[in-house]
Amino acid sequence: MPNKIRILIAKPGLDGHDRGAKYIARALRDAGFEVIYTGLRQTPEAIAAAAVQEDVQWVGLSCLSGAHNSLFPRVVQLLKEMNAPDIKVFGGGVIPADDIPGLKAAGIREIFTPGASSQQVVDYINKN
Amino acid sequence: MNELAGKIISGDIRSIARGITVIENDDAGSALLLKELYRHTGQAYLIGITGPPGGGKSTLVDKLIKLYRGQKKKVGVLAVDPSSPFSGGAILGDRVRMQQHATDGGVFIRSMGSRGHLGGLALSTSDAAKILDAAGYDIIIFETVGIGQSEVEVAGRVDTTVLVTVPGLGDDVQVLKAGTMEIADIFAVNKADREGVERCVIELGQLLSIKEMDQSTFLPPILQLVAKDNIGVAELASAVGKHREYLMADNRLDQKRKARLKSEVHNIIINRLDKWARARLTREMEAGEDLEGLYQKRTDPYTVAERFIKELQI
Repeated sequence: MPNKIRILIAKPGLDGHDRGAKYIARALRDAGFEVIYTGLRQTPEAIAAAAVQEDVQWVGLSCLSGAHNSLFPRVVQLLKEMNAPDIKVFGGGVIPADDIPGLKAAGIREIFTPGASSQQVVDYINKN
Repeated sequence: MNELAGKIISGDIRSIARGITVIENDDAGSALLLKELYRHTGQAYLIGITGPPGGGKSTLVDKLIKLYRGQKKKVGVLAVDPSSPFSGGAILGDRVRMQQHATDGGVFIRSMGSRGHLGGLALSTSDAAKILDAAGYDIIIFETVGIGQSEVEVAGRVDTTVLVTVPGLGDDVQVLKAGTMEIADIFAVNKADREGVERCVIELGQLLSIKEMDQSTFLPPILQLVAKDNIGVAELASAVGKHREYLMADNRLDQKRKARLKSEVHNIIINRLDKWARARLTREMEAGEDLEGLYQKRTDPYTVAERFIKELQI
């Protein structure tokens, strides 16, 4: 059996809008990935710990509260501290274009903003 | 000893997670890892939580984790959800109810896709439990996929099986049917704040009252729970404890575990044969001759199969 790609989808922060996260989760499921869904209002600590236990290749973060600049890099940092720098992080949500370079510099591999199709996310994962 | 096995035994979280991936993907080294870990297993107590979809299994597991952590026990959870028969993908969502324990170093939660295996678990769930066992987890909880009437595999894989059911799933004949209703060591009637709970409990009680038993039979208790409000969870844990005491008496636990080992050996043989048969058939049938011969009635499926089996010299 070819190794399954496992992806953790999480919503850090306090906003309660998980439609986007669920939409992506379903698209990833249909693309043949195993998606570990962790639900709303997760701390970066809980997300990173879950990613390590689940041994995922990717963590997808969705944030619509505006706190992405602190929450996303924190997850990357925690993964490093937990000896899991190889677990890759991507993000999505309402994220201003100006913030994207900073997030990428902090180790977030890719950012998907409103208007991105789920196929773009699937293609990105398959290519990287 | 190989490095991964050593790190697993020392309790390293990343290595435990990696080890489960290795056996889940049936990677090279999977059998070797399990061989090395085997003599470090046998300390953990295995509990199965099964029942219909949406019955509250994950919520109950969440509360059980909390309770066992209060007793300073290390808890491992293997939560299985179904894989898509179409894409092979899965949404593994049992963690949603358990995330409060994610940062507790004494809790390890792993979601598994069933990956085409029927019966309520994944093919590698028992081997994943061996990894957690060797890593020093005291209690290992198997949470099955949401089950129907016939998924009884978990009962043969754990020490105590808890069937989580809810009021309103059918009449007394449903309760009488063979299959999952037979495997419970404990019945947990969840959502007991809902209408119909009395009837549900009475029907389960009637089922047990017509069961043939003698003094050595364990009578499965029927408990009422509202897991989300933590009602009845302590009683459930205490019922698990009583069942464990029952198994400890008269070497029942030893016998149960020996039977399990026999079935594990059986499964390893079956799985390897299955792999062999698939590979062999793909090679042969792609050449087309056999398939065409079969279709044209020049030969028959038994003759073809017997020719393959001769290669195995069994």
